[in-house]
Amino acid sequence: MATQQTQTLGRMLLAPAVVLLLIWMIVPLAMTIYFSLLSYNLLNPGMERFVGLENFEYFLTDPAFLASLRNTLVLVGSVLLITIVLGTLVALLLDQAIIGRSIVRLMVIAPFFVMPTVSALVWKNLLMHPVSGLFAWIMTSLGMQPIDWFAEYPLFSIILIVAWQWLPFAALILLTALQSLDEEQKEAALMDGAGAFSTFFYITLPHLARPITVVILIETIFLLTVFAEIFVTTGGGPGLQTTNIAFLIYSQALIQYDVGSASAGGLVAVVIANILAFFLVRIVGRNLEA
Amino acid sequence: MARKISTTHTVVTTAAAWLVGFLIFFPILWMILASFKTELEAFTTPPSFLFFHWTLENYATVQERSDYLHHALNSLIIAGGSTLIALLIAVPAAWSMAFAPTKRTKDLLLWMLSTKMLPPVGVLVPIYLIFRDFGLLDSRFGLILVLCLGNLPIVVWMLFTYFKEIPKDILEAARMDGATIGKELIHVLTPMAVPGIASTLLLNFILAWNEAFWTLNLSTSEAAPLTVFIASYSSPEGLFWAKLSAASTLAIAPILILGWFSQRQLVRGLTFGAVK
Repeated sequence: MATQQTQTLGRMLLAPAVVLLLIWMIVPLAMTIYFSLLSYNLLNPGMERFVGLENFEYFLTDPAFLASLRNTLVLVGSVLLITIVLGTLVALLLDQAIIGRSIVRLMVIAPFFVMPTVSALVWKNLLMHPVSGLFAWIMTSLGMQPIDWFAEYPLFSIILIVAWQWLPFAALILLTALQSLDEEQKEAALMDGAGAFSTFFYITLPHLARPITVVILIETIFLLTVFAEIFVTTGGGPGLQTTNIAFLIYSQALIQYDVGSASAGGLVAVVIANILAFFLVRIVGRNLEA
Repeated sequence: MARKISTTHTVVTTAAAWLVGFLIFFPILWMILASFKTELEAFTTPPSFLFFHWTLENYATVQERSDYLHHALNSLIIAGGSTLIALLIAVPAAWSMAFAPTKRTKDLLLWMLSTKMLPPVGVLVPIYLIFRDFGLLDSRFGLILVLCLGNLPIVVWMLFTYFKEIPKDILEAARMDGATIGKELIHVLTPMAVPGIASTLLLNFILAWNEAFWTLNLSTSEAAPLTVFIASYSSPEGLFWAKLSAASTLAIAPILILGWFSQRQLVRGLTFGAVK
């Protein structure tokens, strides 16, 4: 039973976290809203003036916006799809009786701990380099033309790198969930003559539904803001082919110094993230009850 | 009755699993190998897998030319500092939500998580300008502040998940026995909370060590952690593959080892206990 005393104590203990998060949320957001209504370029200080919604009009009608929105959605969607499908397969494989499972587990989880700037550079220079990358050598050895990955398939290359980083996370979560699956249920199904496929679709997959939603939630939070991988490999190019919303706003703010338009873009990013969050947080909220 | 597993089945799945594990790990392995090659060997085709002239030269050069240790120290201070401060703020908060929950606790938790949905890029401009005006650009303190606040929701959530699982009966029993709040905290709760706090510390240190958006945008040299140091190799004049590999290996080694130790906690921590 919580007494009056503990209630008061509880509030006091909670206050710093709540106040700090409120400030962290409200102050920059309020400033972003304010800047988004100004014509404000860091190269022309003192020339700020109120322009109403012009920045939004400019940002939203800019072809770069539609391209970057598309890239953002393609990136998040593809990485989610790849990591969940392959992650499930890897998890199913590691759930079998295998020799040296713990070592395989260490190899599988490793990419998750590699910092994004490192993985981007290693993939770009050591693996995907069109002349002396390992992929080029493999393709030449097989008698094929090496691919200039970042020139020919820029967005796909980024997706590959990001998926490699997040596959371990999905695989590990799903493996953990699989190991908590009741073995007897599976055996009963097998004895009743269910094949491997129907066991998977009727028993294993429903059991994985919840961990999959959690993976989607966590990955979406991080994937919407993928930045370093683009920053060190393509710089958003060629053209706008790998510019996502995060990178577009960065380039408007810190390359073109256009604070007004970048702020408008920032707010658009906030709105998009919140539309997704609306659904995602509900899923997690439901999981909390159980 | 345990299912009988045939030897062939074990051999096939073992081979497949090792192949998959090897493929996923390969880019890291390849990077580590390249770090021991000479610049020429790292670049030539056909690539040499094991039979090359092994050298430690790159590791020496990385430190000499660009002061790896300076950036490693920055990473340590920024990741460590932000994690510690976040814990200091989050432990009491998570504590009170787990042990003195009110009707609003769940909403509060969801609100905290939703601040994590605020994309950093949405507030990049004001943070950049505030930092510029307060002289916090390229300062460790500034980065500690931003990373601490950015990770705070996750820290609170992780701790809440761990604390919630401490059985309340034990508390009640202690209270019945006449323990004061102070005694209760020190002798009953703390020992049970320490493993959860340690896991949270570990996971957030890893997240903060690898965080790249804020570090790339708010630091240049003085406060630049390893993420930024490695990114500097992406410039055309930085194209030294063996040295890049050596620097990268040094940058990920400590965190990879920490991560390997904490992979079990990772599942519980980052999924807020929804998966066990």
